[in-house]
Amino acid sequence: MHGAWAWSAAPAAAADTEMSARLDVAAISKSFRGLRAVQGASFEVPAGGIVGLIGPNGAGKTTCFNMIAGVFAPDAGEVRLDGRRIDGWRPDQVCAAGVGRTFQIVKPFVGLTVLDNVIVGALLRSNDVPSAKKLAEGIVEKLGLGPKRDLPASALTLPDRKRLEVARALATQPRLLLLDEVMAGLRPTECDQMVAVFRELNRAEGITILLIEHVMRAVMALAQRIVVLHHGEVISRGTPEEVVRDPAVLESYLGEETEV
Amino acid sequence: MIARLLEGVPRRGLVALGALLLLLLAFPAFASGYLLSVGFLILYFAFVGQAWNIMMGFAGQLSLGHSLYVGLGAYAAAALYVHFGISPWIGLGASVGIAMLAGAVLGFLAFRFGVAGVYFAILTIAFAEFARIGFDHFSWVQGSSGFFLPVANYATNDLWNLRGSPRMFYYLMLAMSVAAFVACHALLRSRMGYYWQAIRESPEAAQALGVNVFRYKMAAVVISAAMTSLAGVVFAFYYNNLFPEQIFHISRSIELILGPIIGGIGTLVGPLVGALLLTGLAEGMREVMLQLGVEVPGVKQVFYGICLLLVVMFLPHGVWPPLARRLGLERGAGGRGGH
Amino acid sequence: MPVEIYLNVAASGLLTGLVYGLMALGLSVIFGVVRVVNFAHGEMMTLAMFLTLVLFNALKLDPLVLLVPVAAVMFALGYLMQAGLINPFINRPEHSQFMLLVAIALILVNVQLIVFGPDAQGIRTRYSFDSFKLGPLVIDASKVYAAGAALVVAAALFAFFRFTLLGKAIRACADNYDGARVVGLNVKRLYALTFGIGSACVGAAGAMLMVVSDVTPAIGPAYTLLAFVIVITGGLGSMPGALLGGLLIGVTEALGGVLFTPSAKSMFAFALLVLVLLFRPQGILGRRET
Repeated sequence: MHGAWAWSAAPAAAADTEMSARLDVAAISKSFRGLRAVQGASFEVPAGGIVGLIGPNGAGKTTCFNMIAGVFAPDAGEVRLDGRRIDGWRPDQVCAAGVGRTFQIVKPFVGLTVLDNVIVGALLRSNDVPSAKKLAEGIVEKLGLGPKRDLPASALTLPDRKRLEVARALATQPRLLLLDEVMAGLRPTECDQMVAVFRELNRAEGITILLIEHVMRAVMALAQRIVVLHHGEVISRGTPEEVVRDPAVLESYLGEETEV
Repeated sequence: MIARLLEGVPRRGLVALGALLLLLLAFPAFASGYLLSVGFLILYFAFVGQAWNIMMGFAGQLSLGHSLYVGLGAYAAAALYVHFGISPWIGLGASVGIAMLAGAVLGFLAFRFGVAGVYFAILTIAFAEFARIGFDHFSWVQGSSGFFLPVANYATNDLWNLRGSPRMFYYLMLAMSVAAFVACHALLRSRMGYYWQAIRESPEAAQALGVNVFRYKMAAVVISAAMTSLAGVVFAFYYNNLFPEQIFHISRSIELILGPIIGGIGTLVGPLVGALLLTGLAEGMREVMLQLGVEVPGVKQVFYGICLLLVVMFLPHGVWPPLARRLGLERGAGGRGGH
Repeated sequence: MPVEIYLNVAASGLLTGLVYGLMALGLSVIFGVVRVVNFAHGEMMTLAMFLTLVLFNALKLDPLVLLVPVAAVMFALGYLMQAGLINPFINRPEHSQFMLLVAIALILVNVQLIVFGPDAQGIRTRYSFDSFKLGPLVIDASKVYAAGAALVVAAALFAFFRFTLLGKAIRACADNYDGARVVGLNVKRLYALTFGIGSACVGAAGAMLMVVSDVTPAIGPAYTLLAFVIVITGGLGSMPGALLGGLLIGVTEALGGVLFTPSAKSMFAFALLVLVLLFRPQGILGRRET
């Protein structure tokens, strides 16, 4: 199975594999009231890799995320983290196993300050509040939220709320990070900054990343591999270059919308 | 420990709190018997308001049935005292235990089966009503005809058996309120406090950050129930009579949540400010009505209703947060969870 | 005890249950459309009962006739409550709306206490002591009339929502608030109308209940709770569910009252509520939200 993924040029080789987790999604399906949202989707994210999950609206990307993150169990199929089955686990158990996630529709704790938001995440692997606070402060700085750390989250703009989503997820010290459209609404320069942050996280700490993204600029810059979902099924996979040349992909989705 | 508790609390706030404490300590020295009973009531409502606030203000779970825990606490300690002569200081163990059990059963039913928001509130009312009717038929504590404690001799204060003067009860309630204030302050800054506030703001996001939402919601209910039951113990020994119709009644639950709502949900000072405002105003109004020679039952509750209506409409965060801002007592830019 | 007694009690519970069901229908309609939980429902019920009482004493008309003016007055009250107090709260958090209605309930119940006093009051009609015999069953005439009227009002309500343009517009609001606004419906006015209609149900139910039962202001909160128990049991937002829940609770309470002691009868309603929450949280006829 590994053979299907050529990782010759992967920078992840240098990564500390302790911090990396491998994700295997095997033939998962989910229906809502008879409407099939995801049908037998399979893909994998190698330890230390960055994979992009793309597809038109309603293709089932977020449903896939929710099954991986434990929001609901798949009707069929398996999700494995480092070989261990995690499908059907609760979201907090999945998180404790080392999976951090962001929400496409951001869910900040609006009544808390930016720093307190991040502390909630940092408490997962900290022994006490002061050490969680220390960890959170570092992450807030890293994502450029330092000057706003004492503001209530309700005062943040949308791009900052997206950053806060990422900061909170990172504070749980994940080995696999699930990013659900964190670039949407960012300006190109902000988008590039965010890309740089994820590259650095992936390179220095070896965090495995699976991202859903509509901003092709970010996907092309980050992802080593891309999986394309359409009507709940995987219709294409490969390197970014291969995928954008795939006629099936062009037809279903990329052709009209994106110039590459 | 103390240093950590004080960290980040503004100096002016500490001075204000210290001054308030001194005032409350000195209060019985110049208060008449009637004023002392009003002072006791204010502290009582500040305490139960603080306890309720843990559930609603910290963890976001609306309980409209807190009279359940007051009543269970009151009946358990009173029954042990009357039937077996057991000191309330030992009996309160049973009070706390039974209240925690009731809270745990309620929390389990609600949280396991996804009963949330307003439906959770209705379930809490149903539990209190269930207890009210049940105790009406509970002959061990005389059912609906009322359960009476032997009336105290006010000349001597027997702290061990909680038999004594209103002044003793006042100081007891003051000590409890101070302890509750400090405990809630510490809770809010603990891991649990962070998790509760996260759950209040967004349970989905909290769960995605590894918070076991069920467990922490249960903790909120159980801790709040335990604290509230302590107030019930004091209630029983202060008033010396218990009627299920009164103690478990829904109007008791409503009365108890007015303080923190009017003062400011989720704040530490809110329950105290709310209890002070509401009880002070209501008693003041009663005085005026006595002077005028009118006595109509229900007027006090209408007044409560109007206060609640006005606060909910025009001060959705309560009286305290804007007041604190005006006085410059706010911690940083801290939101509702602030000092 | 002979079986006939249980049958009689169950039949009488069913009839009272229909009146309860109509009251709960009002709550269900309001919740289904406005998405606000009317915590003052029982207090409005006792208000409707007192209105019936006052009108009965003044005009000496049959309560089943008074149903019409009482429902009209309650409609106006509900409309004004929604338009004046609740509409500004539509985008507030759920608990904030709930507190508003707690405040309204508190004021309503105590104003009634001040105006009408704490004592139980009732009315006596021509048919108060009549009964029908049906095989082994002996049924109070007043309960039959009240239940019949409840059925008529409920049927009219179903027809209104199914066949009239206004009813359809209100249902559109319930399904999709934004959509309804986009196509140009005045949502706030429709909300006020809906609250009025729900209150009119309460008015009608109150007039009918006055035929079979006494009223005190203090019983308001108990009716609120009863309406909640019925609606949750039957299924939130389901109109047939509210009626079915009413029947179920009516029978449960009636049988519980005979099997144990009458004053403990509401415990059985709560027990039923807990069972429903445990095994079918969406209610008997409700649909699970995803």
